[in-house]
Amino acid sequence: MYDAGKIILGIAIFLVLITFPFWFTLALGNPDYQPDPELPAGQVQCVESKEYMIHWHMDLLNQWRDSVVRDGNRMYVSREYGDRHEMSLTRTCMRCHESRERFCDRCHDYTAVDPYCWDCHVEPKGE
Amino acid sequence: MAEAKFDEMDHYKQAELMKFDFRPPPTGWMDTPTDFRPGSWIYPGKAKHLEYLDLPNPREWAVTDEDWQLPKNWKEIVLEGMRERLSRYRTFKIFMDICVRCGACADKCHFFIGGGDPKNMPVMRAELLRSIYRKDFTALGKVFGKLAGGRELTVDVIKEWFYYFFQCTECRRCSVFCPYGIDTAEITIIGRELLGLLGLYVNWVIEPVANCFRTGNHLGIQPHGLKDTLEFFAEDIEDSTGIKVDIPLNKKGAEVLFVTPSGDFLADPGTYTCMGYMALFHEIGLDYTWSTYASEGGNFGLFTSHETIKRLNAKIYAEAKRLGVKWILGGECGHMWRVLNQYMDTMNGPPDFLEVPKSPLTGTVFDNARSTKMVHIMEFTADLIRHGKLKLDPSRNDHIKVTFHDSCNPARAMGILEEPRYVLKNVCNNFYEMPPNTIREQTFCCGGGAGLGTDENMEMRLRGGLPRGNAVRYVQDKFGVNELACMCAIDRATLTTVCDYWAPPVRVTGIHELVSNALQMKGAKDREVNFRLEEIEHWKQKAAPAGRKEGSSDV
Amino acid sequence: MRVVIPLIAVIILFMLAYFGVEAAGLQTLFGVVFPYIALVIFIVGLIYKIVRWAMVPVPFRIPTTCGQQKSFPWIKPSKLDNPSGTLGVIGRMALEVLCFRSLFRNTRTEIQKDGPKVAYASNKWLWLGGMAFHWSMLIVSIRHLRFFTEPVPGVIIGLQDLDGFFQVGVPVFYATSIIFLLAVGWLFLRRVVSPQLRYISLANDYFPLFLILGIGTTGFLMRHLMKTDIVAIKNLTLGLLSFNPAAPAEASGMFYAHLFLVCVLFAYFPFGKLTHLAGVFLSPTRNLSNNSRVVRHINPWNYPVKVHTYAEYEEEFGEKMKKAGIPLDKE
Repeated sequence: MYDAGKIILGIAIFLVLITFPFWFTLALGNPDYQPDPELPAGQVQCVESKEYMIHWHMDLLNQWRDSVVRDGNRMYVSREYGDRHEMSLTRTCMRCHESRERFCDRCHDYTAVDPYCWDCHVEPKGE
Repeated sequence: MAEAKFDEMDHYKQAELMKFDFRPPPTGWMDTPTDFRPGSWIYPGKAKHLEYLDLPNPREWAVTDEDWQLPKNWKEIVLEGMRERLSRYRTFKIFMDICVRCGACADKCHFFIGGGDPKNMPVMRAELLRSIYRKDFTALGKVFGKLAGGRELTVDVIKEWFYYFFQCTECRRCSVFCPYGIDTAEITIIGRELLGLLGLYVNWVIEPVANCFRTGNHLGIQPHGLKDTLEFFAEDIEDSTGIKVDIPLNKKGAEVLFVTPSGDFLADPGTYTCMGYMALFHEIGLDYTWSTYASEGGNFGLFTSHETIKRLNAKIYAEAKRLGVKWILGGECGHMWRVLNQYMDTMNGPPDFLEVPKSPLTGTVFDNARSTKMVHIMEFTADLIRHGKLKLDPSRNDHIKVTFHDSCNPARAMGILEEPRYVLKNVCNNFYEMPPNTIREQTFCCGGGAGLGTDENMEMRLRGGLPRGNAVRYVQDKFGVNELACMCAIDRATLTTVCDYWAPPVRVTGIHELVSNALQMKGAKDREVNFRLEEIEHWKQKAAPAGRKEGSSDV
Repeated sequence: MRVVIPLIAVIILFMLAYFGVEAAGLQTLFGVVFPYIALVIFIVGLIYKIVRWAMVPVPFRIPTTCGQQKSFPWIKPSKLDNPSGTLGVIGRMALEVLCFRSLFRNTRTEIQKDGPKVAYASNKWLWLGGMAFHWSMLIVSIRHLRFFTEPVPGVIIGLQDLDGFFQVGVPVFYATSIIFLLAVGWLFLRRVVSPQLRYISLANDYFPLFLILGIGTTGFLMRHLMKTDIVAIKNLTLGLLSFNPAAPAEASGMFYAHLFLVCVLFAYFPFGKLTHLAGVFLSPTRNLSNNSRVVRHINPWNYPVKVHTYAEYEEEFGEKMKKAGIPLDKE
């Protein structure tokens, strides 16, 4: 007894599962998609360096929230540039990055990251 | 009195035997040589038996010899033998590949539990073979050698195989716990086949095989001898009951061919079980026959090689065909039922000249044996009781407090668990189970299965018997159990020693011996003695048996 | 040695990738070439392995029965532990593969030397560790599909939301990350702490453990401590998937080390014990029903053997049989 039929079926299932990313993205998805977040016009720098913001923005926002909500401290001094900013998502970040959809969501949707900022914050009406 | 020798039970003091722990030695297992101490291995197969069976390399040799007189090209033979078996047994190939050495099997083996030798952990037993497989058959092993767990095949490896593959009783307990179902019995069977290619057999296995091939049974009982034996049993039955039972022998046209392990012909207490069958068949008027040609249900081929299983097993169907019976009934035996359930039909079937077994008394069609046409006597008797066909008085066994030992193969290669319990509960009033980790699919071997039940292997038998003996001791202390029932001929022979050593004075009995005690036979005298011809006090006191119980109750 | 060499091997592998990228700029080698090679070895190797197994027949029907057989209507059979048909086998295999049924039975045996007494205690730690390890590994792998799909399917988002249910930390700690690292750590520790396990363990047992531990640790570090640019990483994976890859310089050495260890795991997979992933489905003691008395199991290489026929038997013993009054064929 060999059970060839069942084994071939098993191999087929294995192949379908293991190649899922290939066939899913190629057939159903959009492999060429680039997130391309819309950067604010006329601005040269953020509160910290671009690389720092890419890697650590979630951490920075978290610190800001804790600082404001728990300590009442709203002043942030940039480590990179030494300038001062009010710790505020809507009044600082979103003054330049006006649109959640055209900025935040571009990358967040791309990498399936769903931050809970908007559980409390109301989106600015910059749309 | 002379001091007990290494092949006698009394040679081993329990305190001495228990001087071990589960901690492995400081040296790695590949660097730990095999300790061939007397009492832990079995004498080699004699040349004449190998010659009779046309097996390779017959010669006289001793395990203690430095030179085992292997064929010149022994290494080639073994590697070629492995290659061939890797292409024939998916079990072997897969079990060589997928073990992750999780260790779940380690403390499931009775030899490890009773001896602490790390190479008796099932995983290690397989590694003895797997290390050679890795070295010679896998890419990783070929490149990385010892680092990948491979090792060179040497004569010492062969000796180590001989020692440890004859320290496995193929009981399959480890395979219950293995997450991949790796079955050490498969490993051991194939390991022994490879040893066999070099002419390395043990006499305790190969002599019965040669006997069975020639005379039809392991014991070498010739046809007239078998007739004498059964007549002798009939006399004892008459002494006990006053009833003369028939001994149909090689009777053509009988409805049923009855096959039982030949241990039942010779070794007490199996003999009493055999008388139990005879009394039962007489009582129900079964049209059956014994066969002198197929006078062995057991199959020591299972302990030799797949080919030998087939060579010995072939007689059963051949004889059924020659005698023109309708179906076959098999007696109480362990490994016999592994062969009958898992190998016989595949090897020597299909028996299309037989009919689907049907009990002539109850009309029950044994649908679960519709292809092999072979029914286990415990199924047959349970069905009789269920239909109220037997007059049973369980109080006749009131002098007995019994526990039941599931034999390895019926439990783990068949699953006949409830039928014997049903019968026991209908013939005994006092039935007590041993602890759950030691019965049913988790049952422990008697320590002498798979051809290891010989006296020169006494130390290992006592060690391997510890878990079972200790479980018996437990119910002995707790409930006053005084008899251990089992349905296996090897058990009946070896558990007597195990009980004598670990749980004296518990006695061993077959189930049909207990059936015969309770069976109220038509025309029987008031019995005062059992088939052992022992006077039973409460039988003597009752002039007429009271409180008869019609058989039939729920499980 | 069996522990140290695999450990050193994994450290070297890590450093190769880390410094290969950070110092030598070998992004394309580690980001494009190796992943493709590893995937091909994994798929081809594993299928080859399965086919090699499949080419070997199952000559005998030898399930390990772990419960009551099906005999009479009045005796309840154990349908899952002693299956009599296909449905039961599917159930048994599902329990085995998904719930590690056999390992769940595990006991610990101890001997009290007075008496002596053999004692058995339930021992579910290996089962728990194994379940925790395999299931968390599966979930972690599925979570990673967010880097391999565009758009990301809702089920994957749902799964990671569930996994990060407690919303601890930013970015949230996934329950499976923690369980995974703890379980691998436990599986390693038991191997070195238990004398029996240490005795049976080979370098091939430690190597995949260290490899997996390395993968888990680098992944954890990247998410929480040594950030990297995941948009760049997803650009790389999508490039790989559409066969138009470009290895980004934005991704860190830690990422390439993580990826390389995964590649090594994939490439190693078909060669060692990790093939139990596929082998467990093919184990004849588990995937066969106990119906060998009902249906004849066919052995494709069943060959005729030399037997001792009745005629030969009667030839030898006929005279004695005749004397004893046993009927003969030849009269």
